[in-house]
Amino acid sequence: MREITYAQAICEALDEEMARDENVILLGEDVGIIGGNFKTSVGLYKKYGEWRVKDTPISESGFTGLALGAAITGLRPVVEIMFSDFMAVCFDQIINQIAKIRYMSGGQVKVPLTIRTPIGGGRSSAAQHSQSLQALVAHIPGLKVVLPSTAEEAKGLLKTAIREDNPVVFMEHKMEYNKKYLVPEGEYTIPFGKARIAREGSDITIVATSSMVMKSLDAAKELEKDGIETEIIDIRTIVPLDKETIVKSVIKTGKLLIVDEGHIRCGIGAEIAMSVLDDVFYDLDLPIQRMGTENVPLPFSPALEFPLIPDAKKIYQKVKQMM
Amino acid sequence: MNVQGYEKRQLLEFYSTMYKIRKFEEEVFELYKQGLMPGLAHTYVGEEAIATGACNAIEKGKDYVASTHRGHGHLIASGADLSKMMAEILGKKTGYCKGKGGSMHVVSLENNILGANGIVGGGIPLATGAAYTSKLKNTGQVTLSFFGDAATNQGTFHESLNMAAAWKLPVVYIIENNQFGISVSIKRVTAIKDLAERAKAYGMPGVVVDGNNVIEVYEKVKEAVELARKGEGPTLIECKTYRFRGHHVGDPGIEYRLQEEIEEWKAKCPIKRLKEALINNSIATEDDIKNIERDVDKQIEEAVEFAKQSPYPEPSEAFEDLFV
Ligand SMILES: Cc1ncc(C[n+]2csc(CCOP(=O)(O)OP(=O)(O)O)c2C)c(N)n1
Repeated sequence: MREITYAQAICEALDEEMARDENVILLGEDVGIIGGNFKTSVGLYKKYGEWRVKDTPISESGFTGLALGAAITGLRPVVEIMFSDFMAVCFDQIINQIAKIRYMSGGQVKVPLTIRTPIGGGRSSAAQHSQSLQALVAHIPGLKVVLPSTAEEAKGLLKTAIREDNPVVFMEHKMEYNKKYLVPEGEYTIPFGKARIAREGSDITIVATSSMVMKSLDAAKELEKDGIETEIIDIRTIVPLDKETIVKSVIKTGKLLIVDEGHIRCGIGAEIAMSVLDDVFYDLDLPIQRMGTENVPLPFSPALEFPLIPDAKKIYQKVKQMM
Repeated sequence: MNVQGYEKRQLLEFYSTMYKIRKFEEEVFELYKQGLMPGLAHTYVGEEAIATGACNAIEKGKDYVASTHRGHGHLIASGADLSKMMAEILGKKTGYCKGKGGSMHVVSLENNILGANGIVGGGIPLATGAAYTSKLKNTGQVTLSFFGDAATNQGTFHESLNMAAAWKLPVVYIIENNQFGISVSIKRVTAIKDLAERAKAYGMPGVVVDGNNVIEVYEKVKEAVELARKGEGPTLIECKTYRFRGHHVGDPGIEYRLQEEIEEWKAKCPIKRLKEALINNSIATEDDIKNIERDVDKQIEEAVEFAKQSPYPEPSEAFEDLFV
């Protein structure tokens, strides 16, 4: 193990996959010469040349659709959409084209295409650069949706995404990019649909996504001081969803809290809760609870923004209420 | 129509393809009227010369074609199997997409047809991406990207042409300007007269073609394909044409068009024009033409029969083909 940033881990995954398979290409705004807006492709333009690491015009629909055409004709594109908010600009390509073409063609084509995009608030970026739109994409059949937590997770899951013959929306948390994590040396991949127990405990189950895993771990440290043992499940992928790991844990603890940074309404929390409810109903001590961003756009001022987003303290308080 | 310098074989091939498209579409209309076709279909009647000329200017099975909601003609001109097409249109298990796509979404990978599209302008980036693969892998393949006049007002049109020109991608963009987007005349929503003028804005050649003249379409597309193959980038070709029928099989197409205008264009029927040229230049006799037509009629009849006799998919098949 060595310490590298989350952005470096992403970069390593891209580099390794590009070295492994010459069909892997990178497309997006500023991914080339400057190595990405969040420094997730540093050095790759120099190493692989301008045709495999393509700086695109500001044309999200155009280059995302172009990536689809490339994917069905033999390349394995990784598209970067600079902020997940900008997916809205190319939703036709994501929802109607990329997610549909294999199905509509009766399975004639495969779509080895990864869309990488950052989510999350906390940077005073206001309402058009802070959203966590995982629920929107997870709603669409035909897309796999990945929400890595740590740098180690991001690297292993991204490598799997790139090797997938299906479209994957890979959502990175922008507040993580500069954080340092221990990451294994050498190559490894992490399979989809297999959740990770980030912490074992017997009193309550928290299912968390993305950076909410780390926030839950922070809360768990405090809860431990109060004698509460929290089990934390890093769900890793929303599609496919590892129900089994959640159900097993909730049967053990009798309590379930779901924490995701997307807006609460019609969100990941509701989806996970209903997905497991039938299997855990008689084991629950109290109704399933969920946490997410309040149902208002994220405002600019930190004084307004932070109170709306779940954090370790809020998770701590919520768990205390559930005890 | 100048047919000088063309072999009889090729001219008859053009005729046969155009007639096949016409006949196929008329059959689709019949099936719709009889209530045998689920949903709707957009027929290509009147526009046959475009697909025929263009798809004969590329190497079939090597080069790529990206189609639209009005896509039957592109498939037929690319040599697609009529039975599998008809079965798809009737929602049968034996169709190209096993009944999951229908008229608007026929993909035929075996013919390098990368997809028809229910979203106006939605397939232009996809065509551009196929050309990106060809460029990166240096395969010498060219992609034809078809779309209507209305699609040129979508952002994807501008974004795609801009990228293709900037990167000199081997793609030929073909506007099938039948002058209407459903009921709206392009003149009412666009100031320029020739849509091909837009090419200038992206830095590529723009060409206006008589879309009812199969020879002219063939020649202009061939030139553009050669440029693309040489690495000289994309061309925008505007084919002026007209659809004889309504927007789709359920639209009479008369509320927003004058009868005289429809008649005027029917007089310029691309099939009739080629037939006249063939006979006037003593390249073919009425009998030659009749033989071709009889042969095609039979093929269409067989396709319809195949489609009718084919089973519907099982409901459980709806859950197949989502992921690899
Ligand atoms: C994005 C989108 N908007 C609207 C429609 C509805 N629609 C279907 S075909 C069509 C007209 C398209 O006209 P054009 O591109 O000129 O092709 P044509 O039908 O004339 O061949 C419209 C508006 C659609 N399918 N997709």
